Amino acid sequence: MVVDIGPSNIETAFVLEALRKNVRVDGRGIYDYRTLRISCGPTPGLAEVQLGQTRVLARVSCEVTRPSPDRPTEGLVQFSSELSNLAAPNLDASSGGRVSAQEVAISRMVERVIRQSRAIDTEALCILAGVKVWTVRVDLHFLDHGGNLMDAAAAAAIVALRHFRRPDVTVQGEEAIIHDPRERNPVPLSIHHTPVCVSFAFLGALGELAVLDPSLLEEQAQAASFTVTLNAHKEICALNKAGGVPLSPEQIQRCTQVALTKADEISDAINAALKGSSSNK
Amino acid sequence: MYDQATINVEFNVAPFSTSERRKRSKGDKRLLEIASFVKQTFEGAIQTSVYPRSQIDIYIHLLQHDGGTLETCINAATLALVDAGISMIDYVCACTAGFVDDTPVLDLNGVEESSIETPDLTVAILPRNGNIALLQMESKLHSSKLEEVMDLAVEGCKHIHKKLDQAVLAAANDLADKLSH
Repeated sequence: MVVDIGPSNIETAFVLEALRKNVRVDGRGIYDYRTLRISCGPTPGLAEVQLGQTRVLARVSCEVTRPSPDRPTEGLVQFSSELSNLAAPNLDASSGGRVSAQEVAISRMVERVIRQSRAIDTEALCILAGVKVWTVRVDLHFLDHGGNLMDAAAAAAIVALRHFRRPDVTVQGEEAIIHDPRERNPVPLSIHHTPVCVSFAFLGALGELAVLDPSLLEEQAQAASFTVTLNAHKEICALNKAGGVPLSPEQIQRCTQVALTKADEISDAINAALKGSSSNK
Repeated sequence: MYDQATINVEFNVAPFSTSERRKRSKGDKRLLEIASFVKQTFEGAIQTSVYPRSQIDIYIHLLQHDGGTLETCINAATLALVDAGISMIDYVCACTAGFVDDTPVLDLNGVEESSIETPDLTVAILPRNGNIALLQMESKLHSSKLEEVMDLAVEGCKHIHKKLDQAVLAAANDLADKLSH
């Protein structure tokens, strides 16, 4: 097990001094994203997002199962994530069923972003009420930790879900026929909106310096972090500020305003990538 | 970190807390998430440098579930820490707020929380300077309405602060009476 001792005092002091002069160590503006590259795999439901040095892979699959007893007409969406030493040498793979706090935080956040905001229409996943429904499984693999795993993971998950095609189903009375993808073209999932995560890091002893999309160094030096999840209709799907230095409501409001414009940029990139891949098919 | 205390939070939900008996496994991600939120909230409020090389354990048990789980955990933990005499910079007061039919409402109960349409915002503040230690929201809310709901939740927190303060004073008076006899 490799222990991460974090950046040296000189490195963090340098980052802070530069920020006080409105300069970021990697040359970006305070509210600039790193280069975002989205690729949708040859298989439907496979997406890889690269945000600067951070790389996340998402894979969507589905199977027919029994519905949950308290929701017989809704399908299920399950998330699983793998944050192991593939991403960074100091991160241990969850061993013996014990998941690390960081993995819980990220996978729960992606789950909340997509499930609680009702991005996927779970009622459309129903085949036969009370008997058969689709269970959609989203697997997230963190390939590289370059800071801000949250935004990359959320983008990968939603792109993979929009890219995925499930087998077509015909229901005749009590019988459901699931068509082979070779017989009938598989259909896309019913997705209402595309939630996009925008993360901020606050540096300085009182968290007075805010930056968008922190790099690994900025994330390690941060005093607090804040994530807003927005969609194209200017609706906030989730807010998450947990831990670190307490922030004033004005800082939160200001970041939300900035996030509104930035989320549009990411949404556009996602739409472009999906359109590109569908024209290639 | 040898100059600070570490904070450890364990959150358990009793199987009889909901109307249908349901036993939750120890590794349930929802429970771990709430525990880690409480831990992170108090890391900003407890003066950990006063207790180097120590661990402060906070055990929370949910006995009855009717909405506002996270806010209640934080308020209960605040009182417990004050009662234990742990050094904190300020109380941590939490409250939820939401939107029902275009009206901002305070402190959602179980029915309101489980309804799909109601956004659920949980805020924890340090009342003296009004800074936000925790901010969580699930489900959709239009960005123009955020300020209203947040202001309402912060108002609610200040209300809770008064109640917590009264409870602490009452307990202290009680203890002082007992000690003086």
